[in-house]
This record gives sequence, C-alpha cells and structure tokens, in this order.
Amino acid sequence: MSLPPGAQPAPGSALLRLATIGSVDDGKSTLIGRLLHDTKQLFEDQLEAVASASRRRGVDGVDLAFVTDGLRAEREQGITIDVAYRYVSTPRRKFVIADCPGHVQYTRNMATGASTADLAVLVVDATVGLREQTRRHTCIAAVLGVRHLLVVANKMDLTGWDRAAYGVVDAEARALATRLGVDSVSTVPVSALLGDNVVEPSANTPWYDGPTVLGALEDAPAGAWATAGDGEGNARLPVQWVIRHPGGGRSYAGMVNGGTLRPGDEVVVLPGGQRSRITSVETFDGPLEEASSSLSVTVRLDHDIDVSRGDLIASADHPPQVEREFDATVCWFTDPALTAGRRLRVKHTTRVTPAQVRSVEARLDISSLELGPAEVLEPNDIGVARFVVGTPLVVDHYHRNRVTGSFVLIDELTNATVGAGMVGAPVLAVAPSG
Amino acid sequence: MHVDTGHNFDEVLEYRDKRMAALGEDLVVASVQASIDGGRVPDPGPGASRNRLQSATLLEAIATHGFDACIGGARRDEDKARAKERILSFRDTFGQWDPRNQRPELWHLYHGRVRPGEHLRAFPLSDWTELDVWQYVRREHIALPSIYFAHRRPVVERDGMLLAVSPWVVPGPGEAATEATVRFRTVGDATCTGAVRSGARTVDEVIAEVAVARVSERGATRADDRFSESAMEDRKREGYF
Repeated sequence: MSLPPGAQPAPGSALLRLATIGSVDDGKSTLIGRLLHDTKQLFEDQLEAVASASRRRGVDGVDLAFVTDGLRAEREQGITIDVAYRYVSTPRRKFVIADCPGHVQYTRNMATGASTADLAVLVVDATVGLREQTRRHTCIAAVLGVRHLLVVANKMDLTGWDRAAYGVVDAEARALATRLGVDSVSTVPVSALLGDNVVEPSANTPWYDGPTVLGALEDAPAGAWATAGDGEGNARLPVQWVIRHPGGGRSYAGMVNGGTLRPGDEVVVLPGGQRSRITSVETFDGPLEEASSSLSVTVRLDHDIDVSRGDLIASADHPPQVEREFDATVCWFTDPALTAGRRLRVKHTTRVTPAQVRSVEARLDISSLELGPAEVLEPNDIGVARFVVGTPLVVDHYHRNRVTGSFVLIDELTNATVGAGMVGAPVLAVAPSG
Repeated sequence: MHVDTGHNFDEVLEYRDKRMAALGEDLVVASVQASIDGGRVPDPGPGASRNRLQSATLLEAIATHGFDACIGGARRDEDKARAKERILSFRDTFGQWDPRNQRPELWHLYHGRVRPGEHLRAFPLSDWTELDVWQYVRREHIALPSIYFAHRRPVVERDGMLLAVSPWVVPGPGEAATEATVRFRTVGDATCTGAVRSGARTVDEVIAEVAVARVSERGATRADDRFSESAMEDRKREGYF
C-alpha cells in the first residue's frame, strides 16, 4: 500500500537515505522507476512524459529507467551518467533515493551518491552474477561506511525464476559484504522490468519467503551517520564563521557532530590547544540548554582566545588528533594517477589547506580484497596514501567520526574534485584462513 | 538580486519590496528589459515569454557585480534535470552547467573554489519537496505573496494552462477570458506561469491539496518546461537558474 505523491508517512519513522549501486545495465534505474511507479509516487504528467520519451525512442512499452535518467545524453545512450535524487513517502517511511550510475567512467558520481547513504541497494543481473564493477561499487560503499546492503538479484524472469541463480548471487554478495565488514545483507529475487518482488510479492518465486524490496527498505535500520565515536564527551564543532557582536565579544558558528555541547562544557580549541569553557549555545531563536549532533549553532567561550574559521572546538574529554602527516583511505577519481609527490588541496571540515602525497602505501585488489603494496592509484582505484598538509588538521579516524574523518582532494590548477579521503586505513574483516 | 523579466505579478513585487524594507538590505535588480534595450538580447516581441532571455541578463549581472555564488531555491524534486543537480554547483566562464562533468560532492563537504570569471550556484533546499516547503511555512509562520493562495482572477486557457490575464497575456482570437478561483504553485515570468484551480485559502488547505496532487508542481503550470523533453536541461546549460 502506498500514499499518493507528496503524502507523508506517520511521524516518528526515521528517514532512510539509500543509494543504488552495481554495474551498468544491471537495472538500477529501472528498479527505482518501478519502485516509484508501483508505489504510485509518479505524477500523471511525469508518467506521461516517460511514456512519450519511450515511444520516441522506439521502446516497447514504457522504459521506467527514464524516470530517473532525465538527461538528454542519458536517454540517448540508455545509461545513467550522474546521480538522480528522488523522494518517496510510504505510510511507514520517508526515503531519499540516490540513483547512481554504474558505468566505470562515472564511479565518482556513484561515490557522491553513496557518501550520504544509510543503505546501499546492490543491483545484480542474476543471469550474470557479480561483475568487476559490482565488486568495485560494493568496496567503495563499504569504505565510505555504508553498513547495510540490500542485494537485488535482478532479471530473475530471464533465468526462468531459477532458485539456484538467486542462490549464487546471494552467496557471492554475502561473501563479499562480510569480508568488507558490512553489518547486514539480505537478497531479494526481483524482476524490476515486470515488477516482481519490488512492491508486490511475486507468484513466480514460491521458494522465497522474504520481504519485497519496499518491505526490506521500510524495515531497514537508519542512521549510518551515527558512528562508533558518537557519544558523551566526543562533541566537535568545526568553526564555520566567527560572529563579532556589537559592543564586544565573539561567538563561533558551525554544525555540531559526534556528541552534545552544553553551556559549562570544558572544551579545547584545536589545532592551537587552548582550553576554555562554553558559556552559551544559541540559535537564531535564542539560547539552548544543549546542542546535539547535526544542529547548527553558535557558541560563546569564557576566554578571549584566537579562534578562526577552520579551527575546531572539541569536548576536552576525548579531543580529536592534530596531525600534520597522516594515512588515509583514498578513492581516486581521475587521470593522471595518484603518485608520491603530487600536490593537491585538501578540504577537511571547514578548512582548505595545501597538501602533498608523501607516498602511496597500498591498493585494494577488488578481486582478492587484499590490500597490497602499490606505487600509484589509477582512476577508480581504492587505496591508502600518506599525506603531508600545510596546516595541521584536526582529525578522527573515519570510523569514529565521519565529519572529522573525511576530506576531498582538489586539483590545484583546475579546482576539480579528484578524490575522496577517509582518515585511517580501511577496516576490512580478517580474511578466512586457508 | 532579482532577475526581472518585466512580466511580473504585482503581488510578487509588493512582497519583494516589503521584504527588502524589513531586512534593510539593498536589492540588485537585473532587468531583462535593459538587456533588450541595450541590444544585448533580441526582443522576442510583446507578450512573448522572456523566460529564456533572463539567463543572459543573469549572467551579465553576475559578471557586473562579481558574484562568486548565487543562492537559489531550486529543488531536485521539481524536474528531472534538477534531480541531477549538485547542492553547490559549478558554472564555467560562460555560465554553463555541464551535467556530464559535475564536481563530485561527497558527504557534506562543499568545495567552492572557482577561478576568475567562473561562479557557483548554491541550492540549499535541494533535498526538500514541495510539501516540505509548505510544512516549513506552516511551522515558521512565514508570510507569503497572496497569489500562492486561492483567489478570483481573470484567466485565459492556453495550451492546457490557465494564464492570468495581464498586459502581456491578452486573450487572442478564439480565446476568452473567464473568472476563476485559482492559486499558483510556482511563480515566474507571468507569460509562462500557469495557475491551478484551487480553493485552498490557508496554509493548511494548501498542504492538504499538495498531499493529494496528481500532477507535479511544474507539470501543470510551466510553459517554459514544455518546449521539449529536455527544456530545463537546455536552459540550465545556458546559465538559467
């Protein structure tokens, strides 16, 4: 059952952000089109536009991939180039869907979509099984911290609804996800084209008694942004702006993460290391008793110290590290390959600083899932590199804090975003011995 | 900054001026008429939509004032090309959007470095839906121009849309002006913004109406999106907001 477009689920159900991942042509966009269609989330004019675009291209019936493949070049080529965001509400839940491209050339856009996802929907062509790009996407999603994977064994109609084909996808995806440290995996046998097990249970899969795709999404855990490091005494406030008050005094504006800030809290201003105490926490509407994670606030301190944009105010109990040189997991997006000596800019929290690659330490082999020694990271590689930065950065391991643990790499000349960085080495499960 | 096509709804200008006075800020008006008078864009003729022309005026104004970034209210749920838009979106020295080559935008790290002549568009409401906007309006008690609520006005039906009769929209041969109770779901150039039949006179009534709408926000009301399948994408490539 579903609500009409724009209708809202019951209050209290947590928003779920999900990203579709997997190889090109395995049916990600068709799945999302089908999901929107069968939950009656498409407006009449949108459905008519998709039908007319399908007719114009000689498609037999309606190509539901056109619901999200909205760019001219995407429809010409029948592929997804960049992420499309769609918004869905059922009586049980509200969803933000990032429909990501599968093509290897657009892996950077898939990483964009997956970086804010609570859950990844891994779409696999059941007639083929997991491809190299399927594995690459799963690796990227896992290093980005996606902890829940919903595997869609798609095109089951083309296998003759073969339970064994479903079993192969399920086993391969499960082995991969477990090795990558993903917390939960479940697999649904689906035909996105025909709609089986997307919203309505299929009569073609009597051997499957699990949920439909929609059912699984409605029950999925949210809150990927709550990480191991969240909790009392772990609050961080990257300073976005310094506000000077008429008549004297300053307050510091930014978004809280990692924990809760309250008036009276002992804090340390980093990288300088000055200690102080919070005297007030405010928003536009007035003072607050506390500010929890992801709230944008201003704070005042009881010492007159030098605090600028890019500095970080942290709870004094468990402050982050101040580093001038550190290892990070890197998803590298573009030519030329990343090598030692490369100069870049790093954007980390509210600071941008020059950086240099001291060394490339390792590369993840997406077949064996081993981190092996490497000298370069080619486009779309995942690896570990050591960075030296011009201004010390205030960091946590990415697995402890996604805000202070993440950064993007910027080309000095073109200003293009050429890579994504996560402080620390990737956390992989130990390989089974033998 | 207001990019003024010259085809405005009175209620919108009144709201604009009241709002600016309350904020005590200076308003930059970039005039499409001035661009036409200066010969920088061709005159499409009286009554013709100036929707597409405003991209040239916008880009001129950005260059004149040296703006690094323009913040707009566009949302991803409005249109299939806007669904592909970044929150902080890069424009080259020609003001072009290149949807095949957008900067990756990971986490909430918005990187805003540009070279001289380039600029950014910022869309902080990207992930809001039409309903989210209305619920926010209700929660924060935000005053709105009256045309967002049901009212009586003379309209003329043209290409399946209800256009408000105005100095630029005059019933032609075979067309007749009728009085109707309508409201606007989006507001742009008066020659290409259609009204919807509606009895929703309060925020609560609008929310109830939006929640069961069967036609998208722009689908029933924007002639500018109907030129072709990729009308929005084509305009955005040229610098449109």
